Formats: sequence, C-alpha cells, structure tokens
Amino acid sequence: MTPVNQKNTPYSTPDEGGPGTLAQMLTQDLNPYSGNWNEKEIKHLLRRTLFGTRHIEVQSYRSLGSLDRALTHLFDIKPLTNLPLVNYTNGDDIKEPSAKDGGTWIHEAWLNEIEYYRLLSLKTWWLDLMLKDQTIFEKMVMFWHNHIPVEMVGIFHARQAFDYLMTLRRYALGNFKQLVKALTVDPLMLFYLNGNQNDKSAPDENYARELQELFCIGKGPDAKFTEDDVKAAARVLTGWKTDYLKPKTVFAPWAHDTQDKTFSSFYNNKVIKGRSGDAGREELDELIDMIVTHPETALFVCRKLYRFFVYPEISDWTEINIIRPLADIFTQNNFEILPVLKTLLGSNHFFDPLLRLAMIKSPLDYSIGLSRHFNMLFPESPPDYKAKYQAQTVMYYFLTSFQQDIGDPPNVSGWPAYYQFPQYDKSWISTHTVHQRGIHSDMLVWYGYQMDHGVAIIDWIAYTGTFNQPENPTILIDEVLARLYDVPVDPEVKKYLKSILLSGQINEYYWTGAWLEWKAKPNDAMVRNTLEVRLKIFYQFILQMDEYQIM
Amino acid sequence: MKRRNFLQFAGSGLAATSWVPNLNAAKAPQWFDWFKLDTDRVLVIIQLDGGNDGLNTVVPLDQMDLYQKSRTTVALPANQVLSLNTTIKTGLHPALDEIRGMYNEGRVKIIQSVGYPMPNYSHFRSTDIWMSGSDAEEILSTGWAGRYLNYEYPNFPNGFPSTDMPDPLSVEIGYGQSLTFQGPSTNMSVTIADPDSFNKLIQGIETPLPPTPYGDKLGYVRLVKKQSNLYGERMKEASKKAKNKATYPNDNDLGEQLKIVARLIAGGLKTRIYKVNVNGFDTHDNQVRADNHLTGEHANLLRKLSSGIKAFMDDLTGLGLQDRVIGMTASEFGRRIISNASGGTDHGAAAPLILFGNAIQGGITGNNPTLPAKAEWDDNIPMQYDFRSVYGSLLESWFCISKTDVQNVLTKNYQSLPVIKTAYSCLSTPTHEENVKQGISILNTYPNPFTQLINFNVTSLGEWSSLNIFNPGGQVIKTIQQGILKSGESQFYWNSEDLPPGNYYVRFQTGAVQQTKLITKVF
Repeated sequence: MTPVNQKNTPYSTPDEGGPGTLAQMLTQDLNPYSGNWNEKEIKHLLRRTLFGTRHIEVQSYRSLGSLDRALTHLFDIKPLTNLPLVNYTNGDDIKEPSAKDGGTWIHEAWLNEIEYYRLLSLKTWWLDLMLKDQTIFEKMVMFWHNHIPVEMVGIFHARQAFDYLMTLRRYALGNFKQLVKALTVDPLMLFYLNGNQNDKSAPDENYARELQELFCIGKGPDAKFTEDDVKAAARVLTGWKTDYLKPKTVFAPWAHDTQDKTFSSFYNNKVIKGRSGDAGREELDELIDMIVTHPETALFVCRKLYRFFVYPEISDWTEINIIRPLADIFTQNNFEILPVLKTLLGSNHFFDPLLRLAMIKSPLDYSIGLSRHFNMLFPESPPDYKAKYQAQTVMYYFLTSFQQDIGDPPNVSGWPAYYQFPQYDKSWISTHTVHQRGIHSDMLVWYGYQMDHGVAIIDWIAYTGTFNQPENPTILIDEVLARLYDVPVDPEVKKYLKSILLSGQINEYYWTGAWLEWKAKPNDAMVRNTLEVRLKIFYQFILQMDEYQIM
Repeated sequence: MKRRNFLQFAGSGLAATSWVPNLNAAKAPQWFDWFKLDTDRVLVIIQLDGGNDGLNTVVPLDQMDLYQKSRTTVALPANQVLSLNTTIKTGLHPALDEIRGMYNEGRVKIIQSVGYPMPNYSHFRSTDIWMSGSDAEEILSTGWAGRYLNYEYPNFPNGFPSTDMPDPLSVEIGYGQSLTFQGPSTNMSVTIADPDSFNKLIQGIETPLPPTPYGDKLGYVRLVKKQSNLYGERMKEASKKAKNKATYPNDNDLGEQLKIVARLIAGGLKTRIYKVNVNGFDTHDNQVRADNHLTGEHANLLRKLSSGIKAFMDDLTGLGLQDRVIGMTASEFGRRIISNASGGTDHGAAAPLILFGNAIQGGITGNNPTLPAKAEWDDNIPMQYDFRSVYGSLLESWFCISKTDVQNVLTKNYQSLPVIKTAYSCLSTPTHEENVKQGISILNTYPNPFTQLINFNVTSLGEWSSLNIFNPGGQVIKTIQQGILKSGESQFYWNSEDLPPGNYYVRFQTGAVQQTKLITKVF
C-alpha cells in the first residue's frame, strides 16, 4: 500500500505533486517590487486586498502610475459614515419598541424577540461596507475577525456584537497589542470565552488558552507554552466581569486571584506579582505584554497574514526568507501592523507569478467580488433601506450556504481555510459548496436577488458595453475572458462561447447586428431581450467556469 | 497514484464521457449490487464536536461519593442514573434511555476511557489527532479513514466513479470535508447536505493543468465539481429509491442526518463509511441547569443522540439493513473530573466511546475510571484504550483487512479489542476467548499507597505488552516496559524519584487485555 504521508512541521509543503516543489521555485524576496506594473499586477494586488476587482478601479489604479502610489491609495482609509439601521420591521410581529424605521437600533435595550433581526441588520450593514470599500480596510477587519473571532448569533447580543466589530475596526490597521488588550476585556468576548465566569475560586481557562494558542503564540513547532502557563494566565485574568443586559466591563477585585502567578521557562519563568484591590487590573497589561512580546507571537501573526493574503502553505524557505523578516518588522515597530502589511504587499515576493491566482476564492471574495465586478445594483439607502436590507439578507444567506457566516465562524479558530492543514483554501470547495456556488451564479444571472421590495440585479448589457468592441464576438470573448481570468483560455471554450452568442450560427454578423440594433433602439424591449437572453447564457457559462473560483 | 500523475491524466484531453459509468446499472435490483460486493458493511461515524463529558454520560455508580464531591455543580443524582442489566457498577445518563434499551439487548458496546497518551486540550489539535490517527506530537496530513479507503482503492480518484465502484467511497452529511477522509493524494469523501435537492453543474472543457499552484487549485475545483455531478446523481437516485421505515424524532438534527444515511444505504450505495456531526458538546457552562442537574445542554445533546440512534436502528431494521451497519461515536476529548463554577466542565482527556449495531458485541469493555479521593481542578481521566485500537479493531473485524494492513493504515500496531460479535467478525479466532480473559487480574501493585518505590506484578499472555505510568492529567510520564513479554508473571518496579505526592495511574496491557489502577504517592 501507499506509504503514509507524514509531516513533521506544520509549515512543510504538501505531498509530492501539485505545489510540492514550490519551495524550490520561490526565489522572490521581501525587497520592494521592481517588476512590471501593468493591469495584471494591479489586478493581483486588488484581488487579494479588496473583495474582487472592478474594471474602473483597475483603471484608476493604473492612472496612478506606480505601486507606491497604489499602496498609498489602498491604505487611504475613509471614516465610517453610517450605522446599522432599523430596516427589518414588518408592521406586524417584528417591531422595535422605540427606535424608528430608518434610524439606528444601537442605542436600544436588549430585547429577545428583536435581537436576531438586529444581528441580521448588523451583518448586512457589514456586507454593505465590504461592497463599498475601495481600500484594504474591510479585508483587514475580516482578517482580524477570523483571527480573534466571536460568534455573534451564538451570544445573541446585537449591541455587543456591534461594539466588538467597532473594536476590530479601531485597531484593524493599528497596534496588535492594543487590539488584543481591548478584545480580552471586550464584553462579547468575556461571554464567548467564559472570561465572565473566570473566578478565583474556580478559574476558567478557556480564554487564557485561546489567547495563547489561537490569538498570539500559536501552534508553531516552537510554541512550547505549557498547561501551567494556561492556568497561570487564567488566574491573572480573574475578576474581569460584565453584565449581559448592561454590557460594560468592570474589574471586580473580589473575584481576582491575588497570589503571584509563575510562568514556565517558555516565558523565562516570569512571575506576575499578585495584586489586591483595584491594582489587580494592572496584571492584565503585564500578561498581554509578556505574551505579545514573545518572539513566537510575531511569527504566528505574520504566518496568519501570509496565509490570508499570499498563499496558505508556508515552506521552510518562506519561513526563513519571508516570515522571519516580517516578524522582525512587526517587533521593531512595536506591533504596529501597517509597516508589515506595506512591506509584504509591496514586495517582490507578493508579485511572484507563481503566487498569483494561487488561491481559491473565499465565499466573500466570490460573492462580494461577483456583485462588485458586475456592478450589481442594490437599492440605495436612504430612501430604500428596506429593499436594500432584503437584498443583502439574501446575499448573507447564500454566504452561509457557502460556509462563511460572517460574525459566526464555525468556532474560535475561525474558518478552516485559514488554518486547516493540508486543505486550507481548498476546504471552501466541497461537493456541497461548489454546487451552491453554481446555483447562486445561475440565479444571479437570470433573476438577481429577488425580494418583496424589488430586486438587486446585474445589467448584463451595460456590463458588456464596458468592453471596447462588444459588437465583435471574437474580440468581446477575448476581452471578457482576459479581464476575468488573466490566463489563456482554451480555444474550444472560446468557440463554445461564440456559439452561444451566435445561437449556433456561423456568421458573426448575427451578433453584431443584434448589438447594433440595440444601440440604435436601446428602449425597444424585444431588441433588448434578444441580446439579454444570449448574454445571460454566455455569462452563466463563464461564471461556472472552474477559473472563476480562483483568485 | 500520486496527484502529479492524476493531474497529467486529467489534462490529457480524455473526454469525460469515456469513463462515466453506465448509470442504468443503478436500476438493477438491490440484491444484485450486494452480491458483487467484497464487503457490504457500513460504518457510520457520529462526531460529537466539542468534547463530550464522559463522566456524565457513563456514570461510575461504584464511586458516587467521590463523583458527587468532585462534580458539585453538574453531578447527577445516583437514583436517577439509568442502570444496566450486565453490571451494577456502571450506569447511563437519564437522557440515554433508548441507548440503555439497546445496551440491554446486547446491541451497544461501551468502551471505557478511550483517549491517547499525552492528551492535548486544544479542540483543534485534538480533533486533528482523532481524525488523522496521529500521535499527540506527530502531524499526519492524512485521515485514518482516508488511508483505509486509499488502501482499498489506491487509484482513486483516477477512473472513478467506475463500474465496480460507482458510488462515493465515503459520504459526509453536511457542508465541508474533514481530515478523517483525507487520503495521500486526495480527499476520499463526498459531502452532501441533501441528496434530493441536487442540480447538475455545467461541466466545462478540460484544458491541461500547469504544474503550479494555479494548476493545483484549478484541478481541485474541477475534480470536486465533477464528483459533485457524478456522485450527486447517484445519491439522488439512491435516496429516491428508498423510503424510511421509521419515524425520526422532531427537532433532532442528528436524526435528520441519519435519516439520509439510511436512505442512501437502502437505495443501494456501496459507500463504506458515512460521517455525521452533532455540535455543542463544549459545555464550559450551563451543562446542567443549576436547579435541576437532569436538565440542561448536555441532557438535550444526549437525548438527541439517544433518540436519533434509536430511530436509525429501527429504520435499518425496517429496511432489512440491521446486520450490515454499525455506528461509532467519536469526540476529541472528555472533560475534567471536577466541574467548574459556571455549571459546566472544562477540556479533559479520555472518555467512553459508544459502538452500536446488531453486529456489535454488547457490554462494557474496561473498568470505570478510578476517581481520586480529593480531585484537583486539573485532574483528568487517563486512557485505558487508545482510540486507534478502536479504529484498528473495526478495520480488522468489520472491514476484514489483515492485521498487517491495519498496522500500515494506522502507522503502528495497536491492541485489538473485541468489538464485533463472533458471528459477524472476520476474525478466525473467536473473540469470546479474549473476552473471558478480561476478568482476570493481570496487574497487582504494592505497596499502595507508596512513598518512593512501587512494585508491579503483571501477568503476560506472551504477547506484545506495555506498562505505563500516567500523571493525574492523563499523560504518560513513564514507560516501564514495551514489547513482547514472556508468558506468565513478571515483576517491575517504578522509582517515582522527586515527583510530587499525589495520585498516579498505572496501566498494563498484554495483547487484547489491559488493566488500569490508581496508585497514590504519599509524603
């Protein structure tokens, strides 16, 4: 029988075949990128840092002329201008006691019957921010959400969920130590990982363990913190309390363990001196300092960033040449994330041709990317905040069927695509989810997101009109495929696509004529329909191409 | 076949239709399908995500004082624990009424304290260990079932589905593939949420795949899509062909999943292994309701498990499949001996595992875990049986693969356990004899309690034997003997040196039998 494939380090490349030889092939380092700066490079940068690309964005980045200026633009974060709205009432059983339709619910008291709708409102609001963003910001928020997650519907408190999200947003491009500190005593987190029940009489080590294992130190080969370190950290964290109905974190000295806490040699036998009274809260700072400044933390966070933005598998070569230098930058900059990100995204390594189109799209990259790229028209809010909410709720439910429920990852580890060796991003694609993606794109092409208050839809003729010569089927097919895929597509596929546009005829003029007729009579329903039927079958096929799942 | 070869094949321009099986074959009568099988046996794995609390599932009735003392916030009252007809020492959680019934009929086996040396308390790492079948310190990128299926079908996925094996090798009900079924070159499972709602995807033209990460990912999407189409049709047909013959409980997601499994088996799929999931066993808090320990999250979960399995067994009986299907629970770990202040329990080590089915040799294997007189909050239950012993025994006596091949699949040799009734077992030697040996005391300790040195008197069957010391956390701290040990009595001693006073465990295994005892170091 085939010998068992055995691996000794978690960052080895996978089995022979596939990218197994990638380690030898990768040679590009972290020095500033010095290669071509054309559309393909811009698209690679945008695919990895936004959710999908839009042609007009690619053009505007192109007009900036250089990677440096592109990065400046990519990090030019815009302030938040709106809040999640009351957009779910139905005039019947779903109602807010005092908040008005179209206003925000975030100042309202917790209410069991309405809380789920508020959470949906929050999640669709979050989706809307992703749909609108033209900077790296929302992708970083998602990175941190995956890295230090909660389960929002699990805890069932919309305001706490909103506050958690705002904390992620505050530090998304900021300081990691501050982010960890803030989330450690975040009310939602205190409920999610039992910090609220962590008491000197019965320490609950749930958060203390994940703080080290999943958020900071990680599980690399040298992450050798001990069970006693978990216990000691749990004791440091005793006393941080919150209240479900009035969520505000307080430090309760009566619940705090005032003994000294001794850590293992992994932390240089550090002793955190037990403090009584209100001074007990200072132990938190000391603990976070100790953990975050441990060299494993910088390495672990940089590996996670790499897996998220570049490629899931980290070879020994990558560990030495990319991860370690990035970790040094992270440490030297006192755990500010920005210099690390800018170095990585501006490097020769990031633009290595082998690492482009090397990842499977996450459900967010897939579905938000689809809406953005084809310019799906959502009803605008205001005035149509209900219709917009409904359309985005449909989108949200599709995302859950693709196995990415934002705000509620499967567990405290985040999504398996970002940690589960050896499948990683392949785990997004199963016989179930690939099928769901197919149903989804078919539905979008033919019907859009339908709801009582209207429809969110893609105008396929308008999209086709953005190409140089839409009336020429040969050129149109080349341009559509080039814009979407960046790789040569088999002539057989092109032939098949042309047969769709020509309804099986040979003479290209049938298509050209139909297009020109529509140009002349854009409001003629029948002329429009003739074009649309062919374009829908055309794009239905294109969106079901395997290439569409790759980014 | 390695992935590289497969990719080259896939890229060679062979039209997909040349190896699509004749789907009309599915219309042949069911007996015809079965007749052709090497084995028509099915294993259903029920994954209990989160770490099931073993001590409140299988309750040590012989130690209720210590049990109540260490589990003040979750303990079940002794008079409510369900009794079993084979023993007065062990009982079941009151929510496991149906399981108790099946146990008393000899259709359920409980294996006590299943785990592994050096337990890991991380959900993810421990889940990986259980799914891959690795050691605690070893990283295996393949799953135990994936390696077994690769042993049976080494060429998969090249040329599959085939005429002889037109069905998925394994099916996961749900949404994502797990490590359990990861083979050396590809995942060996098909995931499906609902076979009845299947629509065919557009199959593109197969262009060659470059030997780059891009080619790897594109090839993967292509493969899964193809499987989705081909296997999706098969499963839809199978599911349509059969009707469930039992009523499944309402609001029971396990029952819903098992209902699909029953239909797929009855519809004629030759799939060997199915996996279903139940979430929510990570009961750090609200495991029980403070005012009534018989209720709460854990009771609800166990009720779901018990009534779901019962409906499935009734369904199998109605469908005439009762002798072909067995089931097994798996959970990444058990929970702590002492309960916490939140009415729950924290991550622990070994826990009981449940096997069910007409072919399962009923009864309890192993002893109740020995509870310490004064449990510390980090005390854990050490393993009596390695979880890989259970896998190996099922492979050997249910799927009939040779001991050597079992060893290859599991990468090491593990103790065989009597899990299948003799009438169903592939083993030539009846497990009956092994069973009889279970009653013999093969490990004696003296003095106990001890101060520094302790002696062990063991009785070997002349087979592979091991003698290990575990700390209260359930980790192996000393291996005293390992390997073939001459038949008869042998003496060993252990010098505990400067280890702190407290409770330890000693475990002796010889061939298929083993015994674990609590030893206490004083001063």
